[in-house]
Amino acid sequence: MGAIYRREIGAFFSSSIAYIFLAVFYIFAGLFFTLDNIAVGSTDLSGVFSTLFFISIFLIPILTMRLFSEEKKQRTEQGLLTAPVSLTGIVLGKYFAALTVFTTAVSIIFIYGFILSLYGTVAWMTVLSNYLAILLVGSAFIAIGLFVSSLTENQLVAAIGGIVCLGILFLIDIVASFVKIDWLQNILYDLSFYTRYYEFTCGIFNLSSVLFYISTAILFNFFTVRVFEKRRWS
Amino acid sequence: MIEVRNLTKHYGDKKAVNDISFTVNDGEILGFLGPNGAGKSTTMNMLTGYISSTSGQALINGVDILEDPIKAKSYIGYLPEIPPLYVDMTVYSYLNFMFDLKKCKLPRRSHLKDVMTLCKVIDVKDRLIRNLSKGYKQRVGLAQALINNPPVLILDEPTVGLDPKQIIEIRTLIKRLGKNHTVILSSHILSEIQAVCDRVIIINHGVVAADDTATNLSDKVSTDHRIIARIDGPKAEVLQAIRTIDGLKYVRADMEREKNIYDFEIEAEPGIDIRRDINQITREHGWDILMLKTMEMTLEDIFLKITMGEGIRQDDLR
Repeated sequence: MGAIYRREIGAFFSSSIAYIFLAVFYIFAGLFFTLDNIAVGSTDLSGVFSTLFFISIFLIPILTMRLFSEEKKQRTEQGLLTAPVSLTGIVLGKYFAALTVFTTAVSIIFIYGFILSLYGTVAWMTVLSNYLAILLVGSAFIAIGLFVSSLTENQLVAAIGGIVCLGILFLIDIVASFVKIDWLQNILYDLSFYTRYYEFTCGIFNLSSVLFYISTAILFNFFTVRVFEKRRWS
Repeated sequence: MIEVRNLTKHYGDKKAVNDISFTVNDGEILGFLGPNGAGKSTTMNMLTGYISSTSGQALINGVDILEDPIKAKSYIGYLPEIPPLYVDMTVYSYLNFMFDLKKCKLPRRSHLKDVMTLCKVIDVKDRLIRNLSKGYKQRVGLAQALINNPPVLILDEPTVGLDPKQIIEIRTLIKRLGKNHTVILSSHILSEIQAVCDRVIIINHGVVAADDTATNLSDKVSTDHRIIARIDGPKAEVLQAIRTIDGLKYVRADMEREKNIYDFEIEAEPGIDIRRDINQITREHGWDILMLKTMEMTLEDIFLKITMGEGIRQDDLR
């Protein structure tokens, strides 16, 4: 796992992907920081955090698209799968590499917080709770993106497929609001990534949401392992 | 040591490998010979744990590749048909990655240096793999397989894409490695297998067609009795004269290579060397031999020959 993690981190930064990801992420985060905080003189970072959710829907699939599809295309997966490492180790190595880059991106929020603290009082506990929330959302999204990447050998398909999947997860709320059957509507609201995230941005720390995101991450990493398992046995 | 028992792989209805069994002893170099699509790569992929077998068993040093894959894989160095190279890495950083991936406990710097020297890639160690020629890429692939000094080496067509000089180098290297490694290598070139391997398994349509030592195989496929002779003399007379040779099977003169000079395809009964007889005839008639060579056998010829008269699963070959 360690070897794969280090290689992927290296590959992120030796290719342009990490730079493009970080640059685009910072552009949008900075834009909304300016609009929501600097322009109106507010120290409440919740607005920035809720836009980070949307940015992530589009950017995380870009981050994860090549992780497995490129291995398949270049036939390098044969080297990984015949090396004395477990499938879980391979998947988690790549997963944590992507999560590291994402964490780097999101940590910009502390700089924003620092800037704001020069002019007013920042509710640091809320910022921390928001920070944790976006990391949890990211860890679930990355697992989903990684899973989509393992299904194809085309980076573009992996990226678009990932954006579509994450988009559908976001749209669950809208679908739910149209469903008139109570129990079904409740289930859909419970599955909503955005509602749970929105709670965090309002300053509510809900443990069940934490578990929800972590379970999603574990589930999709498990699916990715199964994809390789299945390919080997077919 | 590698033990393979009744290994079978189905892709849907297609049987890619059907009930293969063989054993490779320590320090032996085994050659897999077979045409493209015979099941060589599939067998190797099963041995290395890349794909699973439908049924049967493969033991690497006594460890079942499906039951304890991580342990079994740690005994194997594998060079797949297409070397698994990350083209965005330099040779050194790639080998360094493989060193970590294989959890190698040997001293890092000296081991990597040894492997790179052995495979002659040390002078390109700081270049991106993307920019290397096919020969170098193949050697980096081999270097990757040698990392952690595994007791078993499985090499899938290691000389494909190399120039003749490099082919000889790689063959010499494999022979040297064979002294303290168990090696399986595949090829569809008979002469290559003959040059390197102690033992040969011929595989066709997913079954073992023959399993024999290289020397025995060479005797069986010796082509001294099938020759092509370019003789400068009147075609009809030459044909007639050659037909008088004892043990002749057939003679043909189809190709006019130079003006009024034909290539004669001559085949005698197996085991009869007729080169001297041909010389004799030309001398008597005052003709000149401009060229005399034995005919190369095609793989199909070899399969037929190996299996003919011995009844080794000849039905399976069809």
